[in-house]
Amino acid sequence: MTKITPQSQSIVVRFAGDSGDGVQLLGSQFANSTALAGSDFSTFPDFPAEIRAPVGTTFGVSAFQINLGARRIATAGDAPDVLIAFNPAALKVNLPLLPKGALIILNTDEFNERNFAKANIKADPRTTGELKDFTVFEIPIKTQTLEAVKDSGLNRRDAEQCKNFWALGAVLWMFGRDRGFIETWIKNKFAKDAAVQAGNLAALNAGHAYAETVELSAEIPQFEIGAAPMSAGDYRSITGAEALSLGLAAAGELADLPIVFCSYPITPASPILHHLSRMGELGVSTFQAEDEIAAACAAIGASYGGAIGVTSSSGPGIALKTEAIGLAIAAELPLVIVNSQRGGPSTGLPTKTEQSDLYQAVYGRNADAPLPVIAAAGPGDCFDVAIEATRVAIRHMTPVFLLTDGYIANAAGPWSIPNMDDYEPILHNAPPKPVQSDDPTDLKRAIWSRDPQSLGRPWIAPGMEGLAYRVGGIEKDVKTGDISYDAKNHQTMTNMRAEKVASVADFIPPQQVEQGPSKGPLAVVGWGSTHGVIWRAVDQARSQGLDVAQIHLRWLSPLPKNLGELLSGYDAILLPEMNMGQCATLLRDKLGLAVVSMPQVSGQPFKIADIIEAIRANYPGAAQAAE
Amino acid sequence: MNAPLAAKDFATDQEVRWCPGCGDYAILKAVLKALADVGANPDKTAFVSGIGCSSRFPYYVNTYGFHTIHGRAPAVATGLKLAKPDIDVWLVTGDGDGLSIGGNHLMHVLRRNVNMQIMLFNNEVYGLTKGQYSPTSRPGMRSPSSPKGSVDAPLNPCAFALGANAKFIARGVDTDAKNLVEVLKAAHEFKGASFVEIFQNCIVYNPDVYADFTAKKVADDHQLHVEHGKPLVFAGGKKGLKFNPKTFGLEVVNVGEGGVPESELLVHDETNLTLANLLVHMPHPEFPMVMGVIYRQPTPSFDEAFWKAHPTGGKRTGKVADALRRASVWTKK
Repeated sequence: MTKITPQSQSIVVRFAGDSGDGVQLLGSQFANSTALAGSDFSTFPDFPAEIRAPVGTTFGVSAFQINLGARRIATAGDAPDVLIAFNPAALKVNLPLLPKGALIILNTDEFNERNFAKANIKADPRTTGELKDFTVFEIPIKTQTLEAVKDSGLNRRDAEQCKNFWALGAVLWMFGRDRGFIETWIKNKFAKDAAVQAGNLAALNAGHAYAETVELSAEIPQFEIGAAPMSAGDYRSITGAEALSLGLAAAGELADLPIVFCSYPITPASPILHHLSRMGELGVSTFQAEDEIAAACAAIGASYGGAIGVTSSSGPGIALKTEAIGLAIAAELPLVIVNSQRGGPSTGLPTKTEQSDLYQAVYGRNADAPLPVIAAAGPGDCFDVAIEATRVAIRHMTPVFLLTDGYIANAAGPWSIPNMDDYEPILHNAPPKPVQSDDPTDLKRAIWSRDPQSLGRPWIAPGMEGLAYRVGGIEKDVKTGDISYDAKNHQTMTNMRAEKVASVADFIPPQQVEQGPSKGPLAVVGWGSTHGVIWRAVDQARSQGLDVAQIHLRWLSPLPKNLGELLSGYDAILLPEMNMGQCATLLRDKLGLAVVSMPQVSGQPFKIADIIEAIRANYPGAAQAAE
Repeated sequence: MNAPLAAKDFATDQEVRWCPGCGDYAILKAVLKALADVGANPDKTAFVSGIGCSSRFPYYVNTYGFHTIHGRAPAVATGLKLAKPDIDVWLVTGDGDGLSIGGNHLMHVLRRNVNMQIMLFNNEVYGLTKGQYSPTSRPGMRSPSSPKGSVDAPLNPCAFALGANAKFIARGVDTDAKNLVEVLKAAHEFKGASFVEIFQNCIVYNPDVYADFTAKKVADDHQLHVEHGKPLVFAGGKKGLKFNPKTFGLEVVNVGEGGVPESELLVHDETNLTLANLLVHMPHPEFPMVMGVIYRQPTPSFDEAFWKAHPTGGKRTGKVADALRRASVWTKK
């Protein structure tokens, strides 16, 4: 039985209600207040695919989970210690997640026969004994909210909408938080609507006062989560989508070139388009294309025109862009392709997270068409990964895949604000000088003279004087760029394209060990958004005496040069990933290593406990020890 | 700037690889002449194409050129305009590339009114894949993929463009260099997406499909060349078009002696959308094929609107270092 004590090192809180209940806003404001209190945290918004599913149904339940602590927080938490459920459907959906001993706050106003029917609940769960292992607080949140905001001038419907701030007020009291920050936020946010502003402020304060003074069967507990040990500096909260957008803008600044971002709306990638649409003053232009293919092609057109072309989507949309990506490879143009992965195949699970587009990124094109692939480890890492992806695209004149996922895109955590002076400028291969010669071949040779290290060609764009040239998807002569159907030349060009991608490994740092020994019994290898959960699992396993190491991959193509040697220093390799073993296959393919795959495609992030269990099961000698 | 460039200065060193007698040769010649006539700067001009016979075009023009993928040239060209608004873009497509696989992109580049010249070479057949029927092929056309005759209803490219809200629509014939050059120059002058349908003869897979109105002997009687503000006449002025209010349609009338006076004929108004629709829908041979600038409605182009709406006109005026702090920031001591 989990027992949360007022002095726990960390605590997981989950808010759940109808999609229209304002649960996401409530959660993100609580996260902001947690940040100000100096605690570390990680959030996980878990919302349904339906925009407004029928009220009160289980498939319309939206949730927001936050793990906050006085220690390093690596994940949004395995299981909620506190659940705030706004209706019976929210309780029904989330109850299976709760460990015994968890604390539940129920909005009893919604616990009636009508709502039980909507959620397909046979009997009131408060009377069936289902809740006997939990501490339950029954609070008529709606009634309390309506009472609190009655003087604000809001009509009944709008007044009810204030209940998320009422709940936030109560939760702020539970964590001993100051309301000032939220009050300021409400005042700014609703500056244009005095009634909404007054209503939400009244609700916030009423919720706080209620939690403090109410006489219930038991007192609502208060928790004291102190500040987490974090290095000195300035912090802000950031989601993956925000960090990625800022990272692209930063890449443009470092390259001193415009960013032209071309995209078509798709879940969960759209927030990147929304963020970048507001970054015009950072030299960013956004284009909402007519479809995924047009988005990729417009980005390629922009790169052909000398701007940094970026396109973004999720798996199904990426599939549509595939042919265009081949064109960028053939024409040797820079392009950053962001894939916010989601569950599949086909439409799959649009709002649930998965890492199952790794094959698509590394292998998923017609013909021999390699390209570099980089993956973000978490929300803040998206910033650096966007810069590195752009740097490689421009240096090597190639499309680059940047993999993130639905979890990273929407999750948030504290982020140490980077200093832009710490980043090297992004340089591109300068165009040649116009060639004074009667033989047009001389100019062509200059145009197609590739850098010997990166094999990147000069970036020449329309408008540059005396360099007009033609390029396309037809195989071209390696020296002149003219159309070539020559057999030997095609082999040369295919080799060149492979060597170009391989050469990226000459420019990236060698693989480091995140924690644990650099050789030993077991390494847990991960990539992408599993970083946090593997970190916590390995950290705990190590504290339990297992000499396990964590290795996290950033570049998936090409792999760091030392990776094979490093991994062969471990007796066993465990690879948890949210797919059916794609990175495990990749490592077997590229490095010829035996890898134990730990696949999971539940649409949910891994649980720390599951990874620890896998570590134990695969720890050399585990079988004997068990006997 | 050096001496003005001649048409031959816009030719490349590449060997042109269309079939002997292909209409594309004549179009290439007309385009090179139009480039010379408008004083195009090769460094600031780009030809963008998709896939198909017509799409080989960029390799033969000594400007910037991008031979892209099937049907997607309008999207690539739009992206190029976003990066370099001052580049003069010519888009080359065909009936398969532009209306079948790329129909969607053609529709959107037209309704957005992106500033470029769009030349659609219509030969009513897939040439590069060896002769299958295309979306403009006539019903019953026998081809390798329709041995008993195609049952598809064809598309009218100019009607499609009007439906997509295009603001400039014109027509020309590959071998009619004089008129084609003028149409291309008008398209170039227009600020927005100018759509030009060019009737092109595929000598191998669909020869003489337009002979009933392009052959020298019949051209005068079967083509009506419109001019803004001038009466709609053809056949050397002996025939004209009149509006019949009872049928709400056009009718061919004889002009002059034994016919109607010229004053009763319709006068071409290139800004009249209804008239444009009537003209492009005229069935041949009952009516003449309309040629020239059929519709021209100056409207702010996408490029213009895009940069007007952009907060800084595309310039980098802010610093990322500042943007990173546009949030609640807290300091850890």
